[in-house]
Amino acid sequence: MKQTFAIGIGGAAGQGVATPGDIFAKIFSRRGLHLNAYNAYQSIIRGGHTFLTIRTGPEKVTNMGDRLDLLIPLNQDAMDRHLRLLTVGAACIYNSDTIKPGVAAEGVGLCPLPASKLADITRNKVAQNTLAVGAGLSMMGIGFQALEEVLTEQFKKKGEAVVSENVGIARVGYDYATANFRSFAWPLPVTGNRYAVISGNIAMAMGGAAAGVKFYCAYPMSPSTGVLHWMAAHARKAGIMVRQVEDEIGVVNMAIGAAHAGVRSMCATSGGGFALMSEGLGLSAMMETPVVVIDCQRAGPSTGVPTKTEQGDLWQMLGAAFGDYPRALAAPLDIGDCFKIIPEIFNIADRFQCPGIVLCDLLLSEGRLSVDPKDLDFAPVIDRGELITAASAGPNGGVYKRYKITESGISPRAVPGVPGYTHTAASDEHDEDGVLISDEFTNPAKRRAMMEKRMRKVAGIEAAVPPPVLWGPRDADVTLIGWGSTKGVIEEACEILTEQGISANQLQIRWLVPLHGDAILDILKGPRHTIIVENNYSGQFARYLRSETSFVPDGHIRKYDGEPFMPHHIVEAVKEQLRGKSKLSVPEHEILV
Amino acid sequence: MATALADTKHVAIADLKGKVDPDWCPGCGDFGVLAAVQKALVELQIPNYNVVTISGIGCSSNFPGFINTYGMHTLHGRALAVATGVKLANHDLTVLVTGGDGDGFGIGGNHFVHTMRRNVDLLYIVMDNQIYGLTTGQTSPTSRIGMKTKSMPFGNIEAPVNPISMALAAGATFIARGFSAEQKHLTELIKQGIEHKGFSFLDVFSPCVTYNYDNTYQWFRPRVKKLEDDHAYDPTNWMAAMEKSLLWGDEIPIGRFFERTDVPTLHGAEPVLSDGPLLHSDARMPSDVARSFIEELM
Repeated sequence: MKQTFAIGIGGAAGQGVATPGDIFAKIFSRRGLHLNAYNAYQSIIRGGHTFLTIRTGPEKVTNMGDRLDLLIPLNQDAMDRHLRLLTVGAACIYNSDTIKPGVAAEGVGLCPLPASKLADITRNKVAQNTLAVGAGLSMMGIGFQALEEVLTEQFKKKGEAVVSENVGIARVGYDYATANFRSFAWPLPVTGNRYAVISGNIAMAMGGAAAGVKFYCAYPMSPSTGVLHWMAAHARKAGIMVRQVEDEIGVVNMAIGAAHAGVRSMCATSGGGFALMSEGLGLSAMMETPVVVIDCQRAGPSTGVPTKTEQGDLWQMLGAAFGDYPRALAAPLDIGDCFKIIPEIFNIADRFQCPGIVLCDLLLSEGRLSVDPKDLDFAPVIDRGELITAASAGPNGGVYKRYKITESGISPRAVPGVPGYTHTAASDEHDEDGVLISDEFTNPAKRRAMMEKRMRKVAGIEAAVPPPVLWGPRDADVTLIGWGSTKGVIEEACEILTEQGISANQLQIRWLVPLHGDAILDILKGPRHTIIVENNYSGQFARYLRSETSFVPDGHIRKYDGEPFMPHHIVEAVKEQLRGKSKLSVPEHEILV
Repeated sequence: MATALADTKHVAIADLKGKVDPDWCPGCGDFGVLAAVQKALVELQIPNYNVVTISGIGCSSNFPGFINTYGMHTLHGRALAVATGVKLANHDLTVLVTGGDGDGFGIGGNHFVHTMRRNVDLLYIVMDNQIYGLTTGQTSPTSRIGMKTKSMPFGNIEAPVNPISMALAAGATFIARGFSAEQKHLTELIKQGIEHKGFSFLDVFSPCVTYNYDNTYQWFRPRVKKLEDDHAYDPTNWMAAMEKSLLWGDEIPIGRFFERTDVPTLHGAEPVLSDGPLLHSDARMPSDVARSFIEELM
């Protein structure tokens, strides 16, 4: 099993859980360590309970893992909820002035910090946090200088006095731990690498900037708002027009307007906002104006659990807008992929003049991951497709037909402002030249020809998108099938299973439309035990796969409590199912958040 | 160069004739609006390829198909949102938005208010017939109290909206009302609305001869009074405009209610657009900018 180290920081919203998290993340990534961070929180600005998990190690860390090595409870509630998670070798650092420990398991180090004796807690309200960070780093075997650097950057704007006060408090915590607490058995290593720490939302926003997005608009909605925040903050530097719109109906239509005028245009929302955008997707398809919409799934239905993750929007994406039309739908596999997928789907949307949907979720959107900066490629392939932005040649044969019937279904698209190409793009069914056939001119032959023209693009999209591949040994005992954000946790579950003598491989779906059903059937044929793993109640992907391929797996592992899978959830469920005990496992989330 | 040739060509009514003739009912007020828009574009000599006519859904929203400019016939109520995107992506274009009272004040009411406060530089022409026509005669947001329609057969009990007062309250910077039967006057208002830098709202009485038996040409003709004939009226006075907007009865004002020129347009207020339209900007991020974005994460 790969070596990792995980920290959990718990407290009330407003108590400053995020700051120690950011400090640890910076120090780890600068040591050349990978990391994954996940914050379990509620829709509350002050109070409640927030629990941040940061897991680090020299190899790729793709999920929160199964084990906590260090717990830092910032209040009694956090201590009461999480101390029971610690096992031998783990430690808990807490302010012994205000927090009483419960009963810890054998081999768990309780590390009380008498905060009021160590620092002036009346002056510095987050002194207990800073002391704990210092103490924790000492126990991890990390030199104090790394912390001093990060604190200096963090407080630089507030002046020299604030810097030295915080560095001083951290030093006291560091030295106190060196003198009083036992260090962890595994001192955190240093590698020569350097990573960027990035959330899925920032990755998608930056991916948009790299793809040449010039127009971004949104209505704030968790967990997609981070995309808007990055776009808004970087708009001027990046030359992107960013607008906050009155509602998601306005969002998608404004984005389509900008796209129609010839620029790459993107918007992001969550399930509720996407529902409002549905009619607009049909408009994009019918006018053949490419637009990219990101849906960051959260637990539904309705307002649901706004701060919790789920893969519950798949059927909404598949059924969005009435009528048949070509669309591209892709689910990023991890936070790094959130960046890469945006230029890719724009190329598909532009070439095939149809809507592109990115199906992300809270786990990736708000989670953070270490990424090699080289993987954030700001010079990706940009293919705008058959786009006419200047009247250099003039329309063939003198008459421009915006919706010219072609073998590929793709008709050259002229943008407004180009002399000689005037036409009307309509949401009504229209003829090749854009004239409406929907009302008094309705003509079944023309309607059929236009439907077939648009739908011919489906085959083109399928050929332009790679089919999925099987990861791991072909002749394994069990194949775990997942889609989107579960990639990392399933991968780790496969590793653990293999170590335990059950060989496992993985089929992770990234492109949901087109699905490449034949390629999937080819991969899944044979005697292996197949299990579909997904973060929803009804097995939305399992039902989709069956509808497209008639494939029925041997079992299902599902989770719909708002929290992501942990590796052991999958491992235990697989073993249970291989024993023939069950065909449907719904693991219980043991962390009380 | 095709562009240079086109630029110097004289714009004539024939250039603006759509691919098909309008399919409105004979006598529909919308014919007059179409004619006035074409005349205004000729008088202003705006080449058709620089104009985008954008509509929602409804009888009057079929407008873009009947005029030879770039056109977008979008969703019911969403024309202003689409038009905002078009204008922000290429602010060199002249953007005309056309639609009806149901489209603009009913299903599109939210966008109507917000597009006005943003001062998006476009002309929004509402062909206001106080009825839903394409759905065969239901009550609209501007139908009078008591009006009998298929959806309210015992008479409307809901107060109508006042589009002019709404526009004043929402911050539109050019607000006018026309009457489709007053061609010269209407053409003049359209020209003013196109030339105004900011959001221009033009509510046009455009009688429905099929479903509205109350608000007919005969009903409007004796009532409409041109604000331009009242030399004391000052269209820069917002309070006076608000007062005039409330007049409805024996006298109904038409003409330019209000105009202010001191508010920046949305595209003018946005530094991102100061180097010209987004359409012509480079798709590639300069590498030093890209590097700085990544450095922030390290």
